[in-house]
Amino acid sequence: MRAAHFCESCGKVQPPVPVDYFSFFGLPPRLSLDVAALEKSFYELSRKLHPDLNARAGSQEQEWSLEQSSLLNDAYRTLRDPIKRTEYLLHLEGVLLEEQSKSATEQARATGELKKQIVPPDLLEEVFELNLHLEELRMNKKMGDDDPALFEEIGKAKLSLEAKHEALLRELQTYWKEWDGLIDRGPDASTTDRQRVSGKLVDVLNRRNYIRNLVRDVNAAMEN
Amino acid sequence: MATDRIVGIDLGTTNSLVAFMQGETPVVIPGDDGLNLLPSVVALDANNQPVIGNAARNSLIETPERAVYSIKRLMGRGSEDIQEELKLFPFRLADDLQAGEVLRITLGDKTFTPPEISALILRQLKRSAERFFGGPVTKAVITVPAYFNDAQRQATKDAGRIAGLEVLRLVNEPTAASLAYGLDKKRNGIVAVYDLGGGTFDISILKLHDGIFEVIATNGDTHLGGDDIDNLLITIALDDIRGDLGIDLRRNAEAVQAIRKAVIDAKIALSSQPSVKLDIELPGNKHYLREITRNQYEQLIQPVIDRTVGPCKQAMKDANLKPEQIDEVVLVGGSTRIPKVRALVKELFHREPHTDLNPDEVVALGAAVQANILGGGSEATENMLLLDVTPLSLGIEVAGGVTDKIILRNSTIPASATQFYTTQIDGQTNVAIHVLQGERELAKDCRSLARFDLKGIPPMAAGIPRVEVKFLIDANGILHVSAREQRSGKEAEIQVQPSYGLTDEQVEGMILDSFDNAEEDFRQRQLIEARAETTTILTALEKGKKSAAWGALTTDEKKQIAKMEKSLVAVNAEQDYQAIRKAIDALNQGTMRLAELMMDTAVSSALKGKNMDETDLGEGPTAPHPMAKAEFE
Repeated sequence: MRAAHFCESCGKVQPPVPVDYFSFFGLPPRLSLDVAALEKSFYELSRKLHPDLNARAGSQEQEWSLEQSSLLNDAYRTLRDPIKRTEYLLHLEGVLLEEQSKSATEQARATGELKKQIVPPDLLEEVFELNLHLEELRMNKKMGDDDPALFEEIGKAKLSLEAKHEALLRELQTYWKEWDGLIDRGPDASTTDRQRVSGKLVDVLNRRNYIRNLVRDVNAAMEN
Repeated sequence: MATDRIVGIDLGTTNSLVAFMQGETPVVIPGDDGLNLLPSVVALDANNQPVIGNAARNSLIETPERAVYSIKRLMGRGSEDIQEELKLFPFRLADDLQAGEVLRITLGDKTFTPPEISALILRQLKRSAERFFGGPVTKAVITVPAYFNDAQRQATKDAGRIAGLEVLRLVNEPTAASLAYGLDKKRNGIVAVYDLGGGTFDISILKLHDGIFEVIATNGDTHLGGDDIDNLLITIALDDIRGDLGIDLRRNAEAVQAIRKAVIDAKIALSSQPSVKLDIELPGNKHYLREITRNQYEQLIQPVIDRTVGPCKQAMKDANLKPEQIDEVVLVGGSTRIPKVRALVKELFHREPHTDLNPDEVVALGAAVQANILGGGSEATENMLLLDVTPLSLGIEVAGGVTDKIILRNSTIPASATQFYTTQIDGQTNVAIHVLQGERELAKDCRSLARFDLKGIPPMAAGIPRVEVKFLIDANGILHVSAREQRSGKEAEIQVQPSYGLTDEQVEGMILDSFDNAEEDFRQRQLIEARAETTTILTALEKGKKSAAWGALTTDEKKQIAKMEKSLVAVNAEQDYQAIRKAIDALNQGTMRLAELMMDTAVSSALKGKNMDETDLGEGPTAPHPMAKAEFE
């Protein structure tokens, strides 16, 4: 299953074959992933592919070792992180992440447009109030005022957001299971099913990214 | 194995060292003065010949305009980002320096780029190693601060090339230290390496797992170290002297260097003594006297050492670890001898740091370990593998002057990222790319690495070409870029304009220069050594003439010796070291019977002895510091 990164009999590094990150590790594109096993696999492959251990090989092999090992590191970095892993899978599926994704944020920044903010409906009220509080806090900072009650209020809102963030991660995992079920079914799984589940994943990721950005804003405002 | 003699080099701000794996143990190779540490000081002697190390340290005080120290601070930097440095260090930039040109430093009436000066230090270490092995050394692993950026790394690699060394790997200093520590106690766990040296600070957090040394996060400040403490003390002394004596010594390079030497000695002494007395001789037979207590000193340096706190916290945050989760802390770098620094580390990581290995040597020892791994490994390094990270995010400038990060900091290296570019105008054949390094949002706040021009894109309608650009950071932490136009499959040509740094052609030119110099150096050294031997043998001969054995020689023998003596004195005044050696050999032969007779008569002498005329230029810690009012005599 795993691509032949090195020769099984002589151990020499082979030229990289263009594969996705899952295949690089010889894994099916499942989202529930044994991170400890992935790490073990990463260490094993590093011991074969890393340039330090191929420093005395020919220049061609050294070049392959550099490419293979960068691919290995890129793949490991992406797959071990639950969010990056999900985003990567959606990218493989050809699904574009929306408003809150990194690429969308950068695109908005690059074109100088204001990023479209779609506030999840259940959060509308909370976010509205939080933004008012944050604005007030910034004003206070400017004037040199201190309002402990306000600070406490924002702290509470932050805790609530963090709880929501946790809940979303759990929700994400339920869709992982759905997705993995489709993968396990193999070719039987219909395109419609795949699209339905990937749509759910995108939705959770967007909401999660929105909340994460909010928490970041709150932290920044409280630290300053 | 003899053909693959790879040495490990710690090219430090204050001191440099070369080490080698002897059997299963890394050892430091001493210099010709017998000392392990080579001060990173370069000077030109009266004949414009470079002098390196302890010998050059004297020039710092006697002929400061012909000497330079802490050159590492200027590696890979441009003239606009060293303004702070110039205020604090006596770097004399070349008068004719053009904007955008690689820095050049004036020594006497010559100018040198920072990589060339570093190359002189490296070449000295190379020589020490060659003497140690009795054969050529051409391959090395060189350490760099973990927080060095691409330009600083490239400059270090260039220095190696100029010195005639193939740099097989640049290793991060804290990581190297962890290799040295990990050698004898192969255990698993989380280790933090706190490395405060002469000019740089690094913090690295590693996960040790069955011989794999995986860096999880690194942070630092490439302009923070013992130098900063020295400068603080120098400033105080200069202020005192100006205020109380009305003498402004700030422009008096000799005096500043004398003060610098005194405060460094004081700093060192204060790590082991409760107080120290500073007594500096000033021009006009005056003395600057001051007692500094440990307490005053610690208050004074607190702001400097506090600057290490931010990077440590950031590294822990990036590693997603709390202090309690770190199993061991290792101290590296001479400045970690300061008790206050140790206390700070203990407070930050909630545990007593390890100091079993000499903090000055541990990085070089680790470099030797890595050299051994690259050379194929041995029993001691079996299963050891270093997985390091890039300390800074790599980005490209996008519309609006914003940085788009494509490889995040703390990514394991080698690491890569692929970006796609297209054209904005019909028939456009070039695309400009600006590569940056740093964490800030705006391109102008990040470090400019290089500007690339993608050329030779086939003319097509706007937006149709699809140029794939691959950015790859290699295991040295150095960036490589390649590009391909996908629709035509044509390799796009990349023209690199490094924002700071030497071009390949410049480096090639410098390699030749250094080879020319190497021959001249070699000749000079041989001449000096030959003349020293002349002195030794002539002195011994004088002794012999006064001994009882002399009388036992025949008149003919005496005549023969006198003739040879005369010819040795004659060639000794010339420049030909080979002729001098021949004359010495002749005299040696001619006095063989005299020597035997002297031995027989138990009138032993040094006729056959070796030249023991070694001068120890080491200096012990002595004096002083500031705070209360100074005294003057």
